[in-house]
Amino acid sequence: MRIPRAKFPLGAPTWPTPVPRPPVEADTGAAYDTAWARKFPARVARAMIVDDILRPVAHFLARPDVTGLDRLDDLDGPVIFVANHNSHLDTTLLLATIPERWRHKTVVAAAADYFFPTKVKGAISALAIGAIPMERNRVDRRSADLAAELLADGWSVVIFPEGGRSPDGWTTAFRGGAAYLALRVDRPVVPVHLEGTRKVWKRGEKLPTPMEKDSAVRVTFGAPMWPEKGESSRRFAARIEAAVATLADEQRTDWWQARKRAAAKTTPSLQGPEAGAWRRAWALEGQGRSPVTREWP
Amino acid sequence: MSRPGFVLEVDRSTPPILFHHGEGFRLEKLPTGSRVVYPAEPLTPLSDPDAAIRHALEHPVGDSEPLRALLRPGMKLTIAFDNEAVPLPPMTGPDNRQRVIEAVLELAAAAGVDDVVLVAAHGLHRRATEAELRHMLGDRVYDAFAPHGLLTQHDAEDHDNLIVVGQTAEGEYVEVNKRAATSDLLVYVNINLVAMDGGHKSTMTGLVSYRSLKHHHNVVGMQHSRSFMDPPRSELHNATWRMGRVLAQHCQVFQIETTLNSDTFPSQFAFLQKREWEWSLRDRASYLATAKSLDACPPALARKIMHGIKSPQKMTSVQAGEVEAVHRLTLAEVHRQHLVPVEGQADILTMGLPYIGPYNVNSIMNPLLVMCLGLGYFFNLYRGKPLVRQGGVVILSHPTRWEFHPVHHPSYIDFFEQVLSETTDPLEIEKKFEEDFANDPWYIHLYRNSYAYHGVHAFYMWYWGAHALQHVGGVIIVGGDPKAVRRMGFKPASTMRDALEMAEDVVGRDPSITHLHAPPILLADVT
Repeated sequence: MRIPRAKFPLGAPTWPTPVPRPPVEADTGAAYDTAWARKFPARVARAMIVDDILRPVAHFLARPDVTGLDRLDDLDGPVIFVANHNSHLDTTLLLATIPERWRHKTVVAAAADYFFPTKVKGAISALAIGAIPMERNRVDRRSADLAAELLADGWSVVIFPEGGRSPDGWTTAFRGGAAYLALRVDRPVVPVHLEGTRKVWKRGEKLPTPMEKDSAVRVTFGAPMWPEKGESSRRFAARIEAAVATLADEQRTDWWQARKRAAAKTTPSLQGPEAGAWRRAWALEGQGRSPVTREWP
Repeated sequence: MSRPGFVLEVDRSTPPILFHHGEGFRLEKLPTGSRVVYPAEPLTPLSDPDAAIRHALEHPVGDSEPLRALLRPGMKLTIAFDNEAVPLPPMTGPDNRQRVIEAVLELAAAAGVDDVVLVAAHGLHRRATEAELRHMLGDRVYDAFAPHGLLTQHDAEDHDNLIVVGQTAEGEYVEVNKRAATSDLLVYVNINLVAMDGGHKSTMTGLVSYRSLKHHHNVVGMQHSRSFMDPPRSELHNATWRMGRVLAQHCQVFQIETTLNSDTFPSQFAFLQKREWEWSLRDRASYLATAKSLDACPPALARKIMHGIKSPQKMTSVQAGEVEAVHRLTLAEVHRQHLVPVEGQADILTMGLPYIGPYNVNSIMNPLLVMCLGLGYFFNLYRGKPLVRQGGVVILSHPTRWEFHPVHHPSYIDFFEQVLSETTDPLEIEKKFEEDFANDPWYIHLYRNSYAYHGVHAFYMWYWGAHALQHVGGVIIVGGDPKAVRRMGFKPASTMRDALEMAEDVVGRDPSITHLHAPPILLADVT
């Protein structure tokens, strides 16, 4: 049944045919203004959301094993947290596990097209996780400028340099945005590896599945990485990706093994074998990343 | 950047159009093919008006030295300023007058000028209240001058303080405020709201006597001012220019004129200056909330609410120096904001009249003021030809209550009761009644000592509409009090549809209709 449209002024006005419609000035997507979400009242609200809702939820769903925080003990000031991305749970988990001195002054670079398609969704994203819109499909100076401004202003930024959740569990190639930002504002990158979140909330699933045992989800923080003198953003991005791969290796084996393989440049790639889809899935299962849970019978 | 004004041709997709209706508003569905003249959006204001004022005073236009060079110790300086009739609604502070007068006084103080008097140039208008003076001038100026009797209000009936400075070739006496005319320098500070304001008209209406005013405020002059918003084609302006030149020969006049953008209403009334199809959800909600609550309010409360509005208008230009050179620049600036090109005249002109006009600031819009605003001001918002053809019909939307402010408009009450009940012909009214009202000692007493408009002012309201009365074939007021409307010789109608049907009796079937979408103010450039 068609609902009759309310008449103006209760309903929206009609547009006179002779008047050309002006180009719509976007206020969603990358153009969404999140400044309000960094004002004091919104920060207080977000602190309550993160501490009182997201952290308990993350711990209930993932029961994560967090390691490597001691590597950040000597670090102060804003940083760029860079992590691999497998699941919607990743942001929540990261915000829940980032040390408190950064947690409440951290923004999350979120895909503008996914998190800010409407004002309402944008407002929820900006308020709940401190999301800032990041254009992932084309080059947009605004996104980079905003992130740089915020870093200069003392805010830390969470970036998932893959530009989206992994489609199959293997990591896709890291983009250079995080490295570029670090070079631009001369702040360190903290590599983070997230293991097992796909088991809790896989891409394509509507709802998460709580973990039944501890340590199935692991969060490993790496040592802060500063850009080297004269280093290009592409080279720095490759180093960051290698650091995350080393953290992954550390989770699967141990720190010493991982260090040795890193020195020998034999750390297993995060991106999996270049093969057909089934072989990639097979290899992933072999790594114990996504065990198939068979239901009875 | 602001978008220019334009003419919309109404079709089936056009939403209902906003009409001001006194203290309220109406949305009217106009017939397909009607035209709506929309004003331009507000121009970008000056980023630093105080710096612009200082620059204008140092770099005058026309045959004038910078103000600094005209000031010297021991001189007699008079600063006259426009009264509260402009701008409309009153602007949010600081008012242009305050900014300009403070800048002038800074220079005068630096030059060691002691003899300074401020004069509110309100002609035959009522005296301004302290609150109004403080709003126009700011507390600093008011507190420095008013307690010492150095802030005065022009008194057109104080014959001891008037002086005839000369006569024009046409025999017009120029009788002006003695203090102003005998000063070494008269600085006039203006706010140019519409194209009619400013130039020699400032001093020749604001600082003269009734004897001088009647040379240009008369029925024939008004009928030959086509329009008085187009000074070169206005007999009103021709006369004031002739007379102003006499004053300029007698004493040095340093004119400072400022223009405003058309940002007329504050943000909570943003829908009033938006095109209807661009109304957001917030605009629609504001409209509904405002219109419904104002309708539900008693008229006095609705009036109080609306008269509380302060307009966010901002200065777009300031120029100083010799009167005529200054005013040429001012007019160009006013036209930049107001002019909207319109092709051809219509059979019917519709207008929604707002709650405020120049003569009811903080007061009641009585039926005479409705007539003056509709047939005087709004009808004359044209250059070239009127928006309505000769013999066409003007439809006004306004409640037009039989209601007068007894303190501000005492002579209006008698004019409405006694004069209009006998005739509505401006020429006959002028001939038969004007002198009696103008010289009535009670009205003069109220004008001088209370807060009343001069006894003759009610006549001028009727004269403002003389050109329109001569031009149109009928006037219909939608939503007006039938008795009050009929007293003025117009026809009342309950709805716009009724009014359009009634108008067809005069102009024929399938008439062309033009709606003047104001305020914000526009000036239709009709070709």
